[in-house]
Amino acid sequence: MPQVVEQIRHVCMLGAFESVLAIKRAVPIIHAGPGCGAKLWTTLGMQNGCQGSGYVGGHAIPCTNASEQEVVFGGSDRLREVIGNTFDVIDGDLFVVMTGCTSDIVGDDVGEITRKFQRQGKPIVYIESGGFKGSNLEGHELVIDAIIDQYLKPAKEVEKGLVNIWSIVPYQNTFWSGDIEQLKGLVSSIGLKPNVIFGYDGGIEALNKVPEAQFNLLISPWVGLKNVKKLEEKFGTPYLHYPALPIGPTETAKFLRTVAEFSGISSSVVEEVIQRQEERYYYYLERAADNMLETRLLPRRFVTIADSIYALGISRFLTNDLGLIPEKQFITDGTPLEYQNSVAAEFRNFTDDIVAETVFTNDGGFVEEELRKIKFRSRPLILGSGWERVVSKDIKGYHLSIATPVCDHMVLSKSYVGYDGSLHLTEDIYSVVLDDFQ
Amino acid sequence: MAINLRRSEAVIREKRLKSVVGYQGSIKDLANKSQSGCLKNARRGFSQAANCSSGCAQGHLSTILDAAVVNHAPIGCAADVIGANTGFRWGQNIRNWEKRNVRIINTNMTESATVFGGGKLLKEGIREAYRRFNPKAIFVTTSCASGIIGDDVESILREEEEDLGIPVVPVFCEGFRSQIWATGFDAVFHALLTRIVKPPEKKRPEMVNVINFTASAREYVKEMFAELGLVPQFGIPYSTIDQISRMSEAGATISICGTLGGYFGNGLEQKFGVPYVTTLQPHGISGIDNWLRNLGKVLGKEKEVEDYIAKQKILIKPELDEIKSKLKGKRVVVGMGPSFSHNYIRLLEDFGMEVVWGMAWHFDPQHDHGGLPHCTMELAKKERDIPASVSDQQNHEVLNLLNKLKPDIYIGRHPGLSVWATKMGIPTIMVSDEYSAFGYKGTIDFGYRIIDVLTNNSFARNLSKRIKLPYTDWWFEQEPFIFLDDEELKKNAASS
Repeated sequence: MPQVVEQIRHVCMLGAFESVLAIKRAVPIIHAGPGCGAKLWTTLGMQNGCQGSGYVGGHAIPCTNASEQEVVFGGSDRLREVIGNTFDVIDGDLFVVMTGCTSDIVGDDVGEITRKFQRQGKPIVYIESGGFKGSNLEGHELVIDAIIDQYLKPAKEVEKGLVNIWSIVPYQNTFWSGDIEQLKGLVSSIGLKPNVIFGYDGGIEALNKVPEAQFNLLISPWVGLKNVKKLEEKFGTPYLHYPALPIGPTETAKFLRTVAEFSGISSSVVEEVIQRQEERYYYYLERAADNMLETRLLPRRFVTIADSIYALGISRFLTNDLGLIPEKQFITDGTPLEYQNSVAAEFRNFTDDIVAETVFTNDGGFVEEELRKIKFRSRPLILGSGWERVVSKDIKGYHLSIATPVCDHMVLSKSYVGYDGSLHLTEDIYSVVLDDFQ
Repeated sequence: MAINLRRSEAVIREKRLKSVVGYQGSIKDLANKSQSGCLKNARRGFSQAANCSSGCAQGHLSTILDAAVVNHAPIGCAADVIGANTGFRWGQNIRNWEKRNVRIINTNMTESATVFGGGKLLKEGIREAYRRFNPKAIFVTTSCASGIIGDDVESILREEEEDLGIPVVPVFCEGFRSQIWATGFDAVFHALLTRIVKPPEKKRPEMVNVINFTASAREYVKEMFAELGLVPQFGIPYSTIDQISRMSEAGATISICGTLGGYFGNGLEQKFGVPYVTTLQPHGISGIDNWLRNLGKVLGKEKEVEDYIAKQKILIKPELDEIKSKLKGKRVVVGMGPSFSHNYIRLLEDFGMEVVWGMAWHFDPQHDHGGLPHCTMELAKKERDIPASVSDQQNHEVLNLLNKLKPDIYIGRHPGLSVWATKMGIPTIMVSDEYSAFGYKGTIDFGYRIIDVLTNNSFARNLSKRIKLPYTDWWFEQEPFIFLDDEELKKNAASS
């Protein structure tokens, strides 16, 4: 298969500056050409659920706007100047220097420049994130690693019940802010104290508490594994890796039981939470069932074209709870080869021995060709990005955008996670069906 | 100075037009310095994320209907494409077309390509683009990575062109080469002028090339031109390769935006003798008057133009008077690309508003016809001088200025800045449609748009009370241009 990509679903490593922006009052400092930032926030922000610039995003991001001068003669002086002035001009708690292609090819010693500021006591870390080095999901891991290595200090003592949650990649996963709220809600519903550095009530305090946690909870097929391993290595904090994003009653119950067992919470507490939530969930679903079943319109089969985390979470819900059947599942997050087998295995683990075929590709053009080859016997549900609007129409699919770039919806606090989230997903899917013929 | 069409690559604006991104002063000073050739770019000691030429190039190329684009770059350089695609859907929608996606392939350069060269990937990208899209031409946009490692793009493209039998054309737009993103438009037009536009088979004197973006006001322009016995041919977006190749047959070229159309217009004049109408932009009444008159002069339609203008002025007078009475004395800051900025300043002043500051996202002391842009010259002739600055959307400078000036309204163009004025509680208009304030009707509509924005500012007011801006108190206490390495500023500071 050619290496080329069309209709991109994630960006380059430098795009992880959005993960920095997702930490309240954290400031990326980009050492790259003048257009890198604006291009990257188009896919990750503006055209992705209308996520905007926030506190210090967009054109507020300090950037060297590297020119021919920096490419020919090196950009170290320019970077030093911009970092120095950033401390005067920008009101922030943590600064993350991130390089682009120009600096990484030319070989500016960004580490040395940053360390000088660190020695002055400045809260600053760096990563070398030239676009050719990998994806923004890998960049997200590098940002967290850099913070662990260069910023965090060991805790004096561990706080029992405190759990760091690591999961969706901010901005890359369009629903990240709402998802964090839902995940925090789920974790606290069984008596634990969630700590998340990202989102509207995260920030530097949450970050400083990371080493104090009883354990790290990673909810993600692969992104973040490196980070929780590093945290274990550096601070001795154990971790629980739960690959699937809990969407819908089946997966969410399993998730809550797993977390409770790992953290030593009694099963009676968890079972009570699950029972209460399921009662609420099925109260609504019972009422939805009439329309879903009696109008002949509920799709039978679905395709997801998404990051592994959403493809897995959503396919579990649609298969295990809503009774749909998975067609091919396209994983577009550039899952590194080392993880592809374990990710694919998760898609062979559905109710009623149902298995789904997974295809790893980040080339939307290839996905489009594959979709056109599938013989659908009824109108399928296509859960992908805004790119799929065209092909979905051609193959008479019902289309809902759930993956980057979600250019056709505004997403604020919406989430499909947990019990409540899965109700919203059901609403959205069925609204697409109703909207289609009216 | 003539455009050099023998090269494979457009000369960047900084070198070709002596364009700048760092300046502060006034319109008259800017015009004087430009005309005497002593306008210098001032660099900044602090800067924030701007834009690059590749975005402009890809955005424009992707709207050519039967062409494909290969972006020879790491994947992130194609991150702007979804924005181009959404714009393309908008354009298809207003034409009632069946929607499709833009046709851009990225070669996905990885570490090994930067070490061993990206030639193989580039060939693969071109082959895939040909197989997937069956295009009439393929444009290859370059990137910082491909430029620095020195891939021999030209010879690879020559080989592919021979094999495929369609034009395979390089569009050089490495982000680091120029600080002026509009250079990306020049790169596109250079590629079209040198490789796509053919010598005319027959002349079509009634045909006028109208260089624009989405062309939302097509019907209005058609109606207007019909009165003059002329037919507009809109481009480059939503045109085919065949239509572009025959733009040499037109009677004249005119542009909605001097920054956008200058290279192509002057290039067509230079290479094929199609006159380029240099004029004010058709925004505001004096703008459209001048646009039509200069077009009429070039094509011998003076009388028709005067008749049309006279009729229109009578029609709009009552509403124009109402707008003026409501907007008189309102203090406004303008922030746009240079041509739009200096044209909108005129139109807002014509409404009776007071432009207290004019910002331009870069400035060309001359356009490719060889003289100062008409809009700047016109403003410089006015009695009142207007404070002005040039920056590549430097957010810290803009917010510091707005905080000191506290205007009644901010009117901007180009995404990514209007929101910051809104966050400061300032009523804000973002002019995203190039035909906003176009012609007589458009000017009136725009006047009422300003009145509406001034009528209810609750959104900005409430937002500004609840959010904190990312700047330190220290910064807001400073003068806005302290990071600008400007000799005059330093002299003034030393003497005060």
